[in-house]
Amino acid sequence: MALQFLQLVISGFAQGCIYGLIALGFVLIYKATETVNFAQGDLMMLGGFFGLSCMVVLGLPFWAAFAATLVVMLLFGMLMERALLRPLLGQPAFTVVMLTIGIGYLARGLVTMIPGWGTETHALDIPYKDVVLRLGAGSDALVLSMEHLVIIVITTLLIAVLYLFFRYTKLGIAMQATSENQLAAFYMGIPVRSINMLIWGISAAVSACAGLLLAPITFVHVNMGYIGLKAFPAAVVGGFGSIPGALVGGLIIGIVESLAGYYLPEGIKDIAAYILVLLVLMAQPSGLFGVKLRKRV
Amino acid sequence: MRFLFRTRYQQDLRLFKHSGQVFWYGLLTLALLAAPWLFPDYFVSQLVFVLIYSIIGLGLMLLIGYTGQVSMGHAAFLAMGAYSEAYLQKLGWPFLLSLPSAALIAGVTGVVVGLPALRVKGMYLAIATMALGFIVEEGVTRADNITGGNSGITLGSLQVVGIAIDSEAALFYLSLLILALCIIGVMNLLRSPTGRAFVAIRDSEISAQSMGIQLARYKTIAFALSAALAGVAGALYAHKLRFLSPEQFTFLQSIELLIMIVIGGLGSIHGAIFGAAFWILVQQAIVTAKDWLPPEIGQQTGLQPTIFGIFLVATVLFEPMGIYGRWLKIRLFFELFPFYRKGMFKRQKSYLKSERIK
Repeated sequence: MALQFLQLVISGFAQGCIYGLIALGFVLIYKATETVNFAQGDLMMLGGFFGLSCMVVLGLPFWAAFAATLVVMLLFGMLMERALLRPLLGQPAFTVVMLTIGIGYLARGLVTMIPGWGTETHALDIPYKDVVLRLGAGSDALVLSMEHLVIIVITTLLIAVLYLFFRYTKLGIAMQATSENQLAAFYMGIPVRSINMLIWGISAAVSACAGLLLAPITFVHVNMGYIGLKAFPAAVVGGFGSIPGALVGGLIIGIVESLAGYYLPEGIKDIAAYILVLLVLMAQPSGLFGVKLRKRV
Repeated sequence: MRFLFRTRYQQDLRLFKHSGQVFWYGLLTLALLAAPWLFPDYFVSQLVFVLIYSIIGLGLMLLIGYTGQVSMGHAAFLAMGAYSEAYLQKLGWPFLLSLPSAALIAGVTGVVVGLPALRVKGMYLAIATMALGFIVEEGVTRADNITGGNSGITLGSLQVVGIAIDSEAALFYLSLLILALCIIGVMNLLRSPTGRAFVAIRDSEISAQSMGIQLARYKTIAFALSAALAGVAGALYAHKLRFLSPEQFTFLQSIELLIMIVIGGLGSIHGAIFGAAFWILVQQAIVTAKDWLPPEIGQQTGLQPTIFGIFLVATVLFEPMGIYGRWLKIRLFFELFPFYRKGMFKRQKSYLKSERIK
């Protein structure tokens, strides 16, 4: 019984890492530009497809394709910001939200038209497929699938890298300053626009990473981006403007979902995340790690 | 160019501001009344969809375009209306009773959904409504003794005060009548204190509050009315399709409704109707175009989302006021000819307004 519970928590933890990564993408953009990117899930889908193409068409090994995808999606995110979002700088948040919804729609539509991508479900040929780790002996062994472990390890690594980047590099600190106060950052000589562009790039790369990690579990298909919708609750539970909050929120949502799927009646699993987010919004809208700022009069 | 000289206070209260409007809207009414005789059944059937979507659009416009509260779960209200109507009809309620009841049930759901709106706003509200949309969708699937679950529910034929609504034309007239009543209702609402309070809340919550507007009360009213309109549309939708299943009321549907009114033009009643007409028109155009496009393009399932995506992105980037805004510009161009200037509708750029610090 306890083992079953642990098993569920671990698979929920892995799923939660994915939610956390996508939520991280939202939060990075929200912190920097105060807009919410509804196309985050679709960026993840694009990342999955691009990784797939790298492996199938170019014949790259998985990890090389992984790196190539991150770089390409970084550039793609930057290009998207420059071409579509920059002209809307200073417009209300709702306008930008509609734009990102449009971009998501467009991405989903266009992907089905690309030969070789299309509407089918593709399996990604990964080196750690079906590898299972057994802890303990006999029937009560804890079974860990390698796919889940890789997700957890890579997420941890990515978070560590991002943390070091934001904490210690000049660029990272400039990004923090921009997200605190754009105008003040601008006065200090920080190129706010380029920083925003880079943030969109990093956010796209992070979600592409989530897409590639998720690919072994759900496969690559056009609608894999819908998982991004569950990352909204994750971001809200953690407090929308907080980077550690996004991860913790993702983990909470993942674990709750996994447990609800086993212990609660059928159908609750799919909406557990949404029920949780409503409770959080009613009880404490700023989330777990959110900071409440009040204007001093 | 028409100059309106106000000579009596009554003039401000009129629904039609001048004789030109009376003429053109009269002509439109005549054309619509004649439509079932002039056009084939299929065309009339599509017009019914335009009318139904217009009613939903009207409700959504009231909420987003006039009160400034974003809803990403409007399909849930549509579902509440549609399923209430289907269920009440099964119980043998007459349409004149079941339609207001469907609106009422949807409206009450709207109040429940509006509750988070009292505490949160902006993106949080969008996410809260999205979450409720998902929950209602799942609830509809699970409550299969009322909704028929995934296998769906079929509606019987419709009778309104003894008249059988058995043809597309009859349903068209019924929808037209209801839409007209809804439009007049919303127009009247918007020039009442309640409507002005909505607009004040949209423009600035702080100043609205300072003027003595109770935010909680008016936001709840806005949600309730918007949901009730969606409920009315849902009831008609149920009779139009005659078969309901949960896949018709998904998150994607909510987003499509949102896209519809944004393309139509936020902040105007015209926009809701233009958006609905545009939505159906483009869908039909795509269906028609599939036949003569080369099969490599025509047979793609992604054609429709791509085209709507392009339209949405283009609208947001180049014509933030939507189709109605474009129409205003064209009209002004001819009215002022040759004095129209490019910058007349220029968007005001502002520094990033922070929502974080209230």
